[in-house]
Formats: sequence, C-alpha cells, structure tokens
Amino acid sequence: MLVYTAKRIGLALVILLLAMTLLFSMIYLVPGDPASIALGPRATPEMKAALAARMGLDQPIPMQLTNFIGGVLRGDLGVDVWSNRPVARIILEALPHTLALTALGLGWSVSLGIVLGCFSATHRGNWLDRVIGVVSVSAIAVPSFVVALYSLLVFAVALKWLPAIGAGQAGDLGDQLRHLILPAFAIGLGWVGYIARLVRASMLEVMGENHIRTARAFGLPERRIVYRYALTVAILPTVALLGVGIGNLLSGAVFAEIVFARPGVGKLIYDSVLNRNYPVVMGAVLVTTMLYVLATLIADLLAALLDPRVRANF
Amino acid sequence: MSAQTSELAPALAGEPRTALADALRRVVRDPLGALGSALVLVFVLSAVLAPWIAPYEPNAIDVPGRLQGPSLAHWLGTDNLGRDVFSRVLFGGRIALTVALTAVGLSLAAGILLGLIAGYGPRWLDNLLLLLLDSVRAFPVVMFALAVITVVGPSLQTVILVVVVTSIPAYARIVRTQTLSLRHTEFILAERALGAGVPRILLVHILPNVIGPLLILASMEIPVVITIEAGLSFLGLGVRPPTPSWGNILSDGYAFIRNTPWLVIAGGIPVVLTTLGFTFLGETLRDVFDPRLRRD
Amino acid sequence: MYSTRGCGGTEAALDALLEVRGLSVDFHTPRGRVHALRNVDLSVPRGEIVGLVGESGCGKTTLISAVMQLLADNAEIRAGEITFDGRDLLQLGEGELRSLRGDRIAMVFQDPMSALNPVLPIATQAIDIQYRERLGKAEKRRRAIDMLRRVGIPDPERRIDRYPHEFSGGMRQRICIALALSAGPDLLIADEPTTALDVTLEAQIIALLRALKDEMRGSILFVSHHLGLVAELCDRVSVMYAGEVVESGTVRDIFHRPQHPYTQALLLCDPARIEEATRELPTIEGEVPSLIDLARGCVFRPRCSKAFARCTVSPPLYQAAPGHVARCHLLSHG
Repeated sequence: MLVYTAKRIGLALVILLLAMTLLFSMIYLVPGDPASIALGPRATPEMKAALAARMGLDQPIPMQLTNFIGGVLRGDLGVDVWSNRPVARIILEALPHTLALTALGLGWSVSLGIVLGCFSATHRGNWLDRVIGVVSVSAIAVPSFVVALYSLLVFAVALKWLPAIGAGQAGDLGDQLRHLILPAFAIGLGWVGYIARLVRASMLEVMGENHIRTARAFGLPERRIVYRYALTVAILPTVALLGVGIGNLLSGAVFAEIVFARPGVGKLIYDSVLNRNYPVVMGAVLVTTMLYVLATLIADLLAALLDPRVRANF
Repeated sequence: MSAQTSELAPALAGEPRTALADALRRVVRDPLGALGSALVLVFVLSAVLAPWIAPYEPNAIDVPGRLQGPSLAHWLGTDNLGRDVFSRVLFGGRIALTVALTAVGLSLAAGILLGLIAGYGPRWLDNLLLLLLDSVRAFPVVMFALAVITVVGPSLQTVILVVVVTSIPAYARIVRTQTLSLRHTEFILAERALGAGVPRILLVHILPNVIGPLLILASMEIPVVITIEAGLSFLGLGVRPPTPSWGNILSDGYAFIRNTPWLVIAGGIPVVLTTLGFTFLGETLRDVFDPRLRRD
Repeated sequence: MYSTRGCGGTEAALDALLEVRGLSVDFHTPRGRVHALRNVDLSVPRGEIVGLVGESGCGKTTLISAVMQLLADNAEIRAGEITFDGRDLLQLGEGELRSLRGDRIAMVFQDPMSALNPVLPIATQAIDIQYRERLGKAEKRRRAIDMLRRVGIPDPERRIDRYPHEFSGGMRQRICIALALSAGPDLLIADEPTTALDVTLEAQIIALLRALKDEMRGSILFVSHHLGLVAELCDRVSVMYAGEVVESGTVRDIFHRPQHPYTQALLLCDPARIEEATRELPTIEGEVPSLIDLARGCVFRPRCSKAFARCTVSPPLYQAAPGHVARCHLLSHG
C-alpha cells in the first residue's frame, strides 16, 4: 500500500511537471514573441520591452522554464498584465465560488446516481430499469451548457422560480444556495447518468457473487443485503471515478458560470481569454489542472484504501 | 450468455463481410439503435444537402423581421438580425459535420500511429509516450482549449486542433493495449520468423483486431467533439461570426433570451438530437460488438 | 413388495425433520426446458446425518436450492412438496422463508474463498446473522466469539474483527460453519463443504461436523460426490443420477448391499476401493443424458450393463429391505 501510494504520488508529480512545461511552451508555438501575445495588439513597444524584461524573455529558454516552475512552487503565478495584481491572489478570490459549485454538483449527482443505479440493479428488466437506462444514456450525451441554457430558460426566465444571475447575497447562505441550484443541476446532470450506469453494472456483477448467496442463505433482509453487503463492494469502482468526475464538472463549471453570470474561475478565465491576459489564463488553467490531478490521485488512493484486500498488502 | 458468445465468435472469425452485415442488422433492429441511426442519418443528410434545402441564405439579414417566433415563412423563426434560423441551423450542421469528421479522422490517424509505436517499439519509447499522453490527459479539455485559444487566437482551426490533441490519448491507448497484447503471441512470432516486416505485421495482423473498439470509441467521441465545438463557439471562441454554428446561434439566443425563447430552443435542439443520435448508436454498436459488455 | 412413496419406512417418514416428496423442478433456458429434478423424494430424520451423493450435474445443488427456496429466476417447481418440521415450504411467503433461513435451516457452501463478504469484518457478518434475536450487540458478539472458538479458530476475541482474506481456506470454511450454526438451526445443509480443501483439512472438517452435530442435536444434509466421506460421516444416504433419486438407504445398505446398477458402478469406480494395482481406472461407459430430451424408460438404461426388456418403462422405487429402496426393475421379482 505504501509503495503503491508513493508510486502514484510520484507519477502525479511527474505528470504535473510535464503539464506545466506544456503550458509554458505554448507561448512559443506561435510566431511573434510572448510579450506581444500577452499584451495583445494594443501594446506599445515600450510596454513590450518592459514586459519582456519582467518575464525574463532575454534569458535562455530552459532557464525561463525553471524560473517558471520555481515560481509556481513558491505560489507565484506571475502578474496580471492589466491590473498588476498577483495572479495567484486573483485566482484565490475566484476559486471558492467554483469549488462550491463543483462540490454541490458532484454531491447531488453522485448521490442520485447511486440511488438510481441500485434501483436499476435490483429491478433489472423492469420497465423502470429500462427507462432509467435510456435516461442515463441521454443525460450523458446532452452537453451541460445546453442543459444550463434550457434550465435557465425554463426555470429562471419563463417560470421565474429560481434566480437567473449571480451568486446571491454575500453572507446570506440561503440566497447563495438558491443561486447555486440551477448551475449545480446543469453541471451534474451528465454525471448522474454516468454513475447510475456504473453502479448498476457493478451491482449486477456483485449480486451474482457467492458471498451474496451466503447472505441470502442467512435469511438476511433483502434491503440489508443490497445496501450493506452488495453496495459496499460495488461502490469501490465509483470512488475511483470521482476524480475524473471533478475534472468533468470543472469544465462544465466554466460554462455554467458564464451562462448564469456567476463569479468564479470559469468566468475569470473567460474574461481573461477575451483580453488576451495570458498570465491569468495560464495561472488559472494551471490551478484547475493541479486540482484535477490532485482529485484523481486522492480518488485512486481512497478507492485502494477502502478495499481491505488492497489495504492489507503492505 | 455463453450461447450468445458462441453465436458471434464463429461469425467474426470466419467471414468479416457477413458478420458486419449481421451486426448492422442487429443495430437497426434495436429500438435505440434504430433511433440513433435515424438521427445520425438526418444530421448527415441535412448537413450535406444544406445548400440545396435551406430556404434562405444563412447570412441574409432582415432587421425589421428580427426575433420572430416560428412561422410558416420561417420554420424556426428569425434571430436578432432577422436571419432565418432554420437555414442557419442547417449550415451550422455543416460546420459540426466538418469538425466531427476532421477531428475524429485526424485523432484516429495520429492515435493509431502513436499507439502502434508505443505498443510495438522499445520500452523506453512506450514509457515516454505514455507520460506525454497522460500529461495531455491531465488537463480538463475546456481549460486546455482556452489556454490554446488565448495564445493562438480563436478560430475553427484552433478548435479542431485542440479537439484532436485532447482526443489522441484515448485512441492511442486502445491501439497500444491491443498491440502490446498481440505482440508476443505465437502467430506474430511465426510471421516474423517468416520474414514479415514490421509494417506488414502492424497493418495486416494488429490493426484489424482494433477496428471494433476504435469504431465504438469514434462514435462515442463524435458527440463530444460536436459539443466542444458548439461550446467554444457559444463562448465566441470558436467559429467566427457571421458563419453560422450551433454554438453561435445559442450565444445569440442567450443574449436575447428575455426577448424570445425560440432562438435558444432552436439552437439547442440540433445539438441535443445529434449528440443523442450518435450516443445511442455508439451504445448499440458496443452491445452488438462486445456481448460481454451487454447489459441485458 | 414395493412402495412408490417415501425413501424410508413409515416410522422414519413420520419423524422426519425434512421431507421432500415428489419434487419436480424445470429450468427454462433458451435451449428448452431442462428437467433438472423429476419426482424426487428425500427424507432427513431428526438427529441424523443424511448424505446426498451423485456426480456433478445430477441435481444435488438444485435440490438443496429448492429446499432453501433460493432457486434461480428461471426455475419452475412443477410438482411436489417440501415439508420442514410439518410446514410445507412451497406454500410459505418470502418473509416466512426468510425467517427460517439462517435460523432453522442453515447452509454451508462449497467454496470458502468466495463465500464471505470481502469488505466486511467477520464480526459484522456474525452479528448480522443473529439479527432476529433480541439481544444487545455485545451479547451477539460474545456468542459469535464463542461459536468461533467451538469450531477451532484460535484467539477468536481478536480475530473476529479481521477480514475474510486474512484467514486460510480451512479457517474460512470453519468460520462459515460457525456462522451457519450460530443461530442453532435444526437442519444444516452442507453443499460439498470439503471439495475445495485438501485432504487433511477435509478430515478436520468432517470431524468437526460430527462433533457439532452431537452437540447441537440437529440434522445435517451432507451433499458430496466423495463416497468415502459420506460413508464415514453419514447415517443414511440417497444416491442421485440425472435428476432422480435412484437409491436410498442406510450407509450400510448402500455401501455393502447396493441394489441399483448405478450405485454399484459408482462404488466400483471409487479409487479408494481398488484393491489390486491396475493400469486403468474403472469408469462407467457412456455419458450423462441430456435433461431436455429425456428418453423414455429408466434414465440409466443407456449405460446399464444389466438392462433388460422391462427397462423401457420408467421404474418406480422398489423396496429391497425395510428402509432401503432402489429405482430398478431388477428388484421387481417377476
């Protein structure tokens, strides 16, 4: 277990480093120098020269890369070209909103997904099972931003049941939650389908195993067999998938924040892309990627930890 | 279950052509498969035939007639510049089809190539490629796209580039796994003993075994690709206006959502139907080709 | 001269804990109806160990699944009754059946490696099986530890909190037996409990079962294809072939005076009984018949060296001696 953990962490670090290098090198993909790109077409030659010096563009490339990575490790993600504020600070301000949205989206979708998956597995072949199956596949297929637009249209604009814009009053938790409902619904819908299908397949497999037959021979109530004996085994693959889910939902959050005009990293990136504010974009992408890698790492380790058979192999 | 596997196995081993026809027949007989195939067919036909069946020029502006709902003259209404939405949807389909075919085609080709190299080449090369592929996979797709777009500037080509780069790892992995597992089998060794060159082994023996899973992956990837294009165009970072794209229609609709719901509805329907169509088709293909994965 | 009902004398039948009469079970498969059990009678008297012998596929597992009412979804019970302690199990609802399972009828399975839930500690499973009892958790845990000690698990207070994979195969089977017996059932059904274990462990488990049976004053239905074990452990034996009970009697009857040609052949083929060194092991010629298209007449006729004209008619159970019956026309005396 210890060896496996060490290996996984090591791998994650290497991948992160490579990802950072990839991001960093993107600037050099393009004709023209990075300072011009960062500043956009409106930059004057003086601004470009100043930025070039500040970005250390006169130094050899490997040096720049090391500086960049060193900076990242120190928490220094550079400086916003327009406002001169440290990028790290800007991202940190926006991050909690996105995290709250992602967490809520993940929470509701995984919970509902598990329930639907269990239900499908225990009512296999039933018409309801088939309906859930089709709905799951459809939910996975439909893009989350279209769901966001349609739910905005129906629930906010037409029916006016829920707010359309913003994150709600600061300090008013209830209001903020109301503002989170539609966006969280939009980003989570696809994942419900995914989890439901996975749990169904996993449960069907587990229910056919010998230890379930033993539990039945014990005369245990069916509900206990399904939830305590079958689900605890079947849920393990789902845990591993939660990391991927976070990445998925983070992408969806970008669109949700724009459609619902919420503050957050997504909106931040979007605005920065429009302004060619490369340091902010790069910093934000870096942060979200790190979160994604961290999430998958934790999910994998958690899945291994929860299975006593894996845990025992020290 | 074993009865079904024994049905399919001799068919696949023996005569590829009849097995394919048989598989296609099964796809069409399944209700979801039939629906999916129909939707895909409608999508492809309407995209290809758009210039002939569109009632209006997609960019023909008619400001006085703007933001009207569906009518006999304009089946899906008009947008904020009075353009006929139905025609724009048809032409948006052309963009979607172009992106889908190009992106999937390129990533398939590159993925196969990389997968074969990784699987058949020396160990260090395999490890290196794996690391590279995994680092690309570390980025959430949209984030990666936004980073690239900031640097390179928004355009259809950029979108295709991003989609290709982020799709390659999935294809490469499938090919790599299959190549690795077949590489040391006896019949490959026999072929090498007979003097068969590497290209021949790869093309004649390894590739045909991967076609099935690749096809399924491609059909599942197409809706994802279409979604990414629509999404990025919606953000104004994809296809440049005034070229119609489903994403552009949606973003116009979003801007005017309080004036009329029809623009958003009309822009969303083709995306939803097309992604559903390909997904249903892909699911059915998967059930038909791999009985082991069948969810009966 | 012969009786068509019951596989024991009338006295045994009255006292039986479990009485299966005329049970016929079909399975609906894509290839057709499989007649897995046909007119099966079985009797387990109180306080006795009854062996059920037959080769793989003869219907032993179907029979005990039927008793536990845990047959697969595509099974159909076409006829018969299964009486346990006076109640017909086939008439009971799922709730009543569930209250019997684990409590009055318990089962131990063939493969100890996969029989226990891998992610729950033994303690949880041991306490769960006592869910019907109105006792505190501590008390249930104590009883479970007690049971583990009885079956020979060392240091049970600590090891009860461990997971199944931390025990060897032999230990796991003991745990399964402990769990099965923890509610004090009247009938323990053991489905080939030693098949997956090596010979030394086998002997230990058999000794354990014998000791426990005396302690618990219950009955055991011991299913096996291993004749030697059955001879050692059981009081009575029923022999099955291709979905029918072909012979039934005391251990002595079956092993010393087998009446049915199949039983005789089985005994001849048992490697443990070979007295002279030989190059070839004796086998029974032919194959087990398909259970979908059954030929008319005695089911063993195609492979029987003693078959004669009468065998084209399906034989009833003839009585060879009090309590000893066999389904063979050779016993018909005319």
